[in-house]
Amino acid sequence: MLRTLKNAALGVATAAMLTGAVSAASAETELTMYYPVAVGGPLTKVVDGMVADFMTENPDIKVNAIYAGNYNDARIKALAALKSGQPAQLSVMFSIDIYELIEQDAIVAFDAIVETDEEKAWLKSFYSTLMQNGRTAGKTWGIPFQRSTIVMYYNKDLFRAAGLDPEKAPATWAELVDAGKKLTKADGSQWGVMIPSTGYPYWMFGALAMQNDQVLMNGAGDTTYFDAPATVEALQFWKDLGSKHKVMPEGTIEWGTLRKNFLEGKTAIMWHSTGNLTAVKKNAKFDFGVAMLPAMKRRGTPTGGGNFYIFKKTGKDERKAAMKLIRFMTSPERAAEWSMATGYMGVSPAAYETAKLMDYVKSFPYAAVARDQLEFATAELSTFQTGRVRKALDDAIQAALTGAKSPEAALKEAQATADRLLKPYR
Amino acid sequence: MRRGILPHVYGWLLLTPAAILLIAFTHYPTVATVLDSLWSKGNPVRPSRFVGLGNYETLIEDPIFWKVLGNNLWFALGTIPASIALALLMALLVDRRLPGRSVLRMAYFTPTILPMIAVANIWLFFYSPEIGLIDQILSAFGLPGHNWLGDPKTVMGAIVVMTIWKEAGFFMIFYLAALQHIPTELREAARLEGASSWTFFRRVLFPLLMPTTLFVSVNAVLNSFKLVDHLFVLTKGGPNNASNLLLYYIYETAFSFFDTPYGATLTVVLLVLLAVLSLSQFFAFDKRIHYR
Repeated sequence: MLRTLKNAALGVATAAMLTGAVSAASAETELTMYYPVAVGGPLTKVVDGMVADFMTENPDIKVNAIYAGNYNDARIKALAALKSGQPAQLSVMFSIDIYELIEQDAIVAFDAIVETDEEKAWLKSFYSTLMQNGRTAGKTWGIPFQRSTIVMYYNKDLFRAAGLDPEKAPATWAELVDAGKKLTKADGSQWGVMIPSTGYPYWMFGALAMQNDQVLMNGAGDTTYFDAPATVEALQFWKDLGSKHKVMPEGTIEWGTLRKNFLEGKTAIMWHSTGNLTAVKKNAKFDFGVAMLPAMKRRGTPTGGGNFYIFKKTGKDERKAAMKLIRFMTSPERAAEWSMATGYMGVSPAAYETAKLMDYVKSFPYAAVARDQLEFATAELSTFQTGRVRKALDDAIQAALTGAKSPEAALKEAQATADRLLKPYR
Repeated sequence: MRRGILPHVYGWLLLTPAAILLIAFTHYPTVATVLDSLWSKGNPVRPSRFVGLGNYETLIEDPIFWKVLGNNLWFALGTIPASIALALLMALLVDRRLPGRSVLRMAYFTPTILPMIAVANIWLFFYSPEIGLIDQILSAFGLPGHNWLGDPKTVMGAIVVMTIWKEAGFFMIFYLAALQHIPTELREAARLEGASSWTFFRRVLFPLLMPTTLFVSVNAVLNSFKLVDHLFVLTKGGPNNASNLLLYYIYETAFSFFDTPYGATLTVVLLVLLAVLSLSQFFAFDKRIHYR
């Protein structure tokens, strides 16, 4: 028995040495990549599959793709690895982490890596709205990968029951309120609309502000516009949906349980990430529709999600190999597959011109709503000191929605906090 | 001579493993935390510099710090006495001979076995408006529902109730073990003297359980500052910090804002607070405890 064990152990050791030797001989460049999955589960398989395909095509590059939890975990792990002196070469991280990563001197701009005209053209091949969160100070730091926007999901059966046209989703704030009033039942068993206000309140609020033709911050990430009149109006409208128009429950609305509320018919309309599209499609027992968010002065939504970054502590060869990997993962064919598997957007116009995605959109037109809405999209809230600035805004939104402060007072306070935090960066 | 040194060598060798662990994971981090709290947040462009008590001045002016400290106080006041009382009650109940006793004991203990994250996910759906269990029960009686976690007035209460439910079973185990060790002669003697069961509990049982009560209450105090797992799932400290607790704020500061020096400053406050609380508990209780 003991001898068999010994032999087995010896065999394993030899095999390990052999494979080690083989891979060392053929793999000239080794890359470590962190990636987060915000919606959990089987998506890790999709990423691992794409990475395996890449290694088959490029036998001289070995990639260790490490699933690193959610966006927050991925950032913590990447920065910890950086401090420990064993950094990864590239990572997918939250698109809004860009200023933090620049301030930590952790990442390198793609402008420093691209050389040929063809590569420079590649940098311009993505939707420009998706690049907004990846560009600052005239340079490109992040390449869009898992990107989303907010869309409006609505329950067509409830629209019919309320005498509304199920093919015509509310296109303006006024229409949203009108439809909401018809869809809300007085006993509280069914609401017209729900916009989540926990988890990522600033993200939903970015949409409302943009619809009122107001962005929340400048492109340099050192100034916010939290107390601009149009911003205050947007928050007032959000609050009014609950307290004045009575088409939305008062108080905050939980991000995590909202999809269930929608699937159970407790709300006729919900605003949520496109990342929920596949889950809603699978679980809705009723006829549902997906539409762009409504407009006040214009339509609008922030983009969201993760970008590819390349770390600064990398050799020339590693950077080249990392860029090769990123180009592979964001190529039109791959982006199309990724979009179909997840509900995330195809990151370039070319992705929507692939045969696969064209067929998919034909059979399921709602898959294209996010793309069509891109035209009206803006960057997600992202500044220096982004965590604190974001929290100041989140707290202000929740204070206003729960009635603790008026929208104007709450936003003035948030702006004062943001000003104090951002002053050193101006 | 050799004989004199050898026991010392043995002694130190025996102590070494524990000492290494304690120093590496308790004492060194504590000292490092205190030192970190005296430096400013740095980055490669602006290196960290010594600011003395600067971070503590920021702390005093930070309204969120005072808010979370107040919240923590209410959280402690809400959870500690209630969960201890409930634990004692449950222990007395299942200590008696009644049919299905072991099933009942297990039922009381179940919440303790579940991970806090799982518990919070379950209660998230209990508290959720319209579709949640609580609102469904209310609507069955024709009562209006409530947005339990979305209303700053009820969110803390909601979290306190969940925590009591989670904690009481754990404390019950200690009381149950203590009750088993109380000799039955005492009960018989009390009965002969004609003492009511209330008098017996107040004059005999409760004083004899005091060492357990001290242990449990020290644990309860520590837990009321240590337990924040549920916040990640339930509220993320919202709405507008209404349910934010000190440790969760430390996490946010250190890992979401990347302000480790300020995180260290908050941690020092937490450490001092816990040290003072547990020491004063020992001293205050000690005079009133009957150890056998």
